[in-house]
Amino acid sequence: MSDSQATAAAAHGHGAYMEESPYAIPSRKLTMWLFIISDAVTFGAVLMAYGYLRVASSDWPTPFKFTPSILNVMIMTFVLITSSLTMLGAVDSAKLGDKAKTSRFLWSTVLLGAIFAGLHIREWLGMIGEGVRLFQNPWGSSLFGATFFCITGLHLLHVFCGIIAIIVVARKFANGSLTAGHVETTGLYWHFVDLVWMFVVPLIYLTNIQH
Amino acid sequence: MALAPKSPNVIAKYLPIYFLLLAIAGIEFFVAFRITSTTALLTLLLGFAVCSAALALLFFMHLVEERRALFFSLIPATIFVLLMMNMIWSDSYRLLRMKPFPH
Repeated sequence: MSDSQATAAAAHGHGAYMEESPYAIPSRKLTMWLFIISDAVTFGAVLMAYGYLRVASSDWPTPFKFTPSILNVMIMTFVLITSSLTMLGAVDSAKLGDKAKTSRFLWSTVLLGAIFAGLHIREWLGMIGEGVRLFQNPWGSSLFGATFFCITGLHLLHVFCGIIAIIVVARKFANGSLTAGHVETTGLYWHFVDLVWMFVVPLIYLTNIQH
Repeated sequence: MALAPKSPNVIAKYLPIYFLLLAIAGIEFFVAFRITSTTALLTLLLGFAVCSAALALLFFMHLVEERRALFFSLIPATIFVLLMMNMIWSDSYRLLRMKPFPH
């Protein structure tokens, strides 16, 4: 086995003996991309279903005021985009082999993710306090609560999963059992969570502002 | 006395995209309070969301640095599936009422 084959085998597993990866990326990264695509279709389905309900209902509620809801969502957006930046810092630091810096960036991302989740729960509690339930609300179409809680809840679930994944990767990268490639793959997932939020905010919140 | 090598600022190269994403988000919030027509607002906001998503995909998820084959295998197919799903949703809504949309 040549040196290049040995390197390829180490990077890509035994499949490398048979053929090169067509995308020149490790299989774990390609798997994460495929997961992201399937997850994008899931979010696409729920957001499109929401869109049809929203447009078809004549009494769709528009309950979001600047304070507290929209201000809260603005802070959440800032926090999530900033967490993507710290994740990028972690990925690049890991590639440079700077474990201390990687660790700092990863834990910063965890902290920002936790702040986002906390603000999200505060938003939910505010809505519940105003009488919004899955199939009833004081304002109009009974499906408003179902779509609001399902879509934002699905996104929040992804945030929780991301926080847990980053904690695991941060600990294992620090003790040397995971590599920079694992940090990068986790980063892809976290950026996807950020990307989905860019569609959730306009569709769920900004088209339902109380003018 | 030799100084310790300074660690590079790894996030500096991403700052322009970061500020651009924050700016787009800011514009979205601004226009949401300015435009009252739901159709116009939805079209504009979706346009901004697609721009933000493209920036995140290309620069934060490094798709711009990968082989073109990865981009062309993933993104057009995903957009096609999402568009087709959009067609199916409208059809399922029509079938729910067992009649075509009113003209």
